[in-house]
Amino acid sequence: MTTQIKYTFKDFQSDQEVRWCPGCDDYVILRSMQKALPQMGIPKEKFVFISGIGCSSRFPYYMANYGIHGIHGRAAAIATGVKLANPDLTVFVMTGDGDSLAIGGNHFIHVIRRNIDLNIILFNNEIYGLTKGQFSPTSLIGQKTKTSPYGNTQPPFNVGELTLGAQGRFFARVAGNDAKHQTEIYVEAQKFKGTSVVEVMQNCVIFNDGAYKFWTDKDIRDEHQLYVEHGKPMIFGKNKDKGLVLDHDELKVVKIGEDGISEKDILIHDAHNPDTAIHTMLIRLKNPIVTGIIRSVREETLEEREAKLTEEIKRESKIKSYNDLVFN
Amino acid sequence: MDTKTNHRSRKKPVEHLDHVVIRFAGDSGDGMQLTGTQFTYSAALLGNDVFTFPNYPSEIRAPQGSLYGVSGYQVQIGSKEVDTPGDKLDLLVAMNPAALKKNLPDLKKGGMIIVDTDSFTNANLHKAHYESNPLEDGSLNDYMVVQVPMTSLTREALKDIPIDSKSKTRSKNMFALGMVYWLYGKDPKYTEAFLRKKFKNKPDIVEANIKALKTGWNYAETLELIPVSYVVDEAPHHEGKYKIINGNTATAWGLIAAAEKAGLKLFLGSYPITPATDILQELSKYRQMDVIAFQAEDEIAGISSAIGASFAGKLAVTTTSGPGLALKGEAIGLAVMLELPLVIVDVQRGGPSTGLPTKTEQADLMQALYGRNGESPVIVIAAKSPADAFYRAFEAAKLSLEHMTPVILLTDGYIGNGSEPWQVMRLEDLPEIKPPRVSKRLENWRPYDRDEKTLARKWVIPGTPGMEHVIGGLEKDKSTGAISYEPENHEYMVKIRQEKVERVADYIPVMETEFDSEGDLLIVGWGGTYGALKAAAKLMKEKGYRVGLAHFTHIQPLPQGVGKIFERFRKIVVAELNLGQFANYLRMKLPQFRYEQVNKIQGLPFYETELVEAFEKILKS
Repeated sequence: MTTQIKYTFKDFQSDQEVRWCPGCDDYVILRSMQKALPQMGIPKEKFVFISGIGCSSRFPYYMANYGIHGIHGRAAAIATGVKLANPDLTVFVMTGDGDSLAIGGNHFIHVIRRNIDLNIILFNNEIYGLTKGQFSPTSLIGQKTKTSPYGNTQPPFNVGELTLGAQGRFFARVAGNDAKHQTEIYVEAQKFKGTSVVEVMQNCVIFNDGAYKFWTDKDIRDEHQLYVEHGKPMIFGKNKDKGLVLDHDELKVVKIGEDGISEKDILIHDAHNPDTAIHTMLIRLKNPIVTGIIRSVREETLEEREAKLTEEIKRESKIKSYNDLVFN
Repeated sequence: MDTKTNHRSRKKPVEHLDHVVIRFAGDSGDGMQLTGTQFTYSAALLGNDVFTFPNYPSEIRAPQGSLYGVSGYQVQIGSKEVDTPGDKLDLLVAMNPAALKKNLPDLKKGGMIIVDTDSFTNANLHKAHYESNPLEDGSLNDYMVVQVPMTSLTREALKDIPIDSKSKTRSKNMFALGMVYWLYGKDPKYTEAFLRKKFKNKPDIVEANIKALKTGWNYAETLELIPVSYVVDEAPHHEGKYKIINGNTATAWGLIAAAEKAGLKLFLGSYPITPATDILQELSKYRQMDVIAFQAEDEIAGISSAIGASFAGKLAVTTTSGPGLALKGEAIGLAVMLELPLVIVDVQRGGPSTGLPTKTEQADLMQALYGRNGESPVIVIAAKSPADAFYRAFEAAKLSLEHMTPVILLTDGYIGNGSEPWQVMRLEDLPEIKPPRVSKRLENWRPYDRDEKTLARKWVIPGTPGMEHVIGGLEKDKSTGAISYEPENHEYMVKIRQEKVERVADYIPVMETEFDSEGDLLIVGWGGTYGALKAAAKLMKEKGYRVGLAHFTHIQPLPQGVGKIFERFRKIVVAELNLGQFANYLRMKLPQFRYEQVNKIQGLPFYETELVEAFEKILKS
């Protein structure tokens, strides 16, 4: 890339009318992504957006890039084919909790296991939106939906735990209304070599409104949300006076300045630690809710391993073409 | 006395045969597939025409001696063209009582049986559900039984070779092979060379196997029970280089050839399923030719990854068998809607559900044609023989790429696993493949603009600057390609996708018949039954009937000229391995004709003799 074209977010807007419900966090996600792409230093024609089915999956139509609006649950599998066929492309998978964790659960775990360099943006609204309000694999126990009128009896997946269980190397979580951090995280997810999973806690204004308000509303979010950054102490609160410490193998919220606790006692976030123990604790924490890049561990990707092996076989093999094969 | 095809002279009188059908049968661990393959290669290298069919159980290693653990390998060798592995056996090699019991019904009256008497123990007889020993109770009086204590003779011959006792016993298949080589005057030198190569780091194993092979040969020579030996003369020599190839390998090679011819890389997204797995395994070997063989987490991921690869500009393929085709249905619909090239290979097996995984059937035809939601037309073609699978795979790729539509290629377990000589094709001698692929900017281009003749849209590859576009499963506007729910636009798009497939009839060969072009009976078939139907037609001709054979490799669209052929025969019979799916399809497409049916649904191919019987019955009625 010698001559880098300077893009603005407008270069990534398509001429299609955006048809999400007014007030939906999906608008924030769209704009944040359109702002993130110009920062990546990649020619526009090399981006590919692949989606499945659901509200989230309308996303590619609104981008002025290459894309496929696929079938329910299969975005990760389609994207796998795109990336293996041409590793030079930058591939995003735009998906939801129903698309990726229910019908597409198998593809979701296997794509993560293989560590293909895909960027999965998972819109988690804990509900089925496009089919108008049934419980999803992330809906809470007791949640009343059209198919659980007396309360949901099925326990939810935690997206982060599922990702780590599937050998996930990169996991980030971000609030659906947090445009600034979304843009930052999308850029980092793209930079990361390997499968990156970004869980966007996206509010569905129609069928599950307020699901995240207790930690995302502007006036209270500083007290209930901890945005972690690698190498920095895990401090939160409006006055930056709260933090996390490790106490008897458990994470504990402490107040800086109380009980002799000072800033240097606060746990430093190590996103690069291959061990999943603390990352899992951060993912499971209920108050504060942890956002930011929780895990980012570089390992060889599938494409890198594939390319290396192919190179090796090519060096050794006398068969270079079809004619060599059949006249062998 | 003929010694021409014989590296050492045999001392007994020699009888000449046109063709001979042999089956090697034993426990699934007895090495019968290897034994059969070796015999086939030697016969072919010595000039015979050959056609083989392995018959193996679903169980990988069923309990020793059990009926359901019997593995068989059948081969027909001939001094004339052979079209099938043969109906009835001239020789059955049975390594244990279960193999005898299971295969005896297929042996000709008066045929020869070679048995390993050492395996006829009370325990094995019991496992094979024999009440008394068939070698002693007179139940085999109609056959020529050659009783050989094969295990003990092999062990005795190998007693000085320093290998374990199990390996000695295991060499008995080479003893059996040696006997059969003697019987038909086949030089064992190719097998000796094969063994030296296969076990090149295990000289003792090489020695043991070759010793067993020679001991078997010599034993047959001296055994008084075998009064004669046979010879099947060389078939007429064809120019060029031949390879014995099974249908699955031929399919894989046809795809490799098509990719190279089109200047594309080959991408296979697949999931293991019997009997299609061999194609995935074969293509996994060719990284050096940039073949990407991706073993996915399931059937759906197999085809979905292939759709992604097709979007990214590769020749994309997915391979499966019946149940897998069912799982891929929705994704095939997506490929129809996206109008991307994609080859779907269905190696049919007995169904429904898990059905008969290792047996053959032709019952996926309707699924291939119509097994999707909505109006979802695809090109459907079918390979007629193991070697033909090469050409049909090549053609499937060509049609898919040039017409921008999915193609389903139907083969089946019988031709996938069966093998015959294939004349090796040079890449230069295969037709050109010219996909409408675009990797530079075009002015005024829209994603669903179509070629006037083929109706194919352009294949614009991601990475091409200025051509960014999104395609998807939602209905799209006929001109812009944007999402459209307009009623009339949808009808237009449904019709144009159908029309695009129908126009392929202009790009495939006009229908032809073999044998008579008019007469009493037209035999109609499709796909893997070709060999049996051809053999039956030959027999009908020998009996003086005026018969034609119209064998279809193109199902959707049908080739041109079918009606003109059909009207020249008094009767039309459609013979297929299902309840009449192609017959019903023809009733829909060409309703002016009356179709008789011959159907078999036993997981087995047609036998030529049963076909002749059925055809004669139809002619008399």
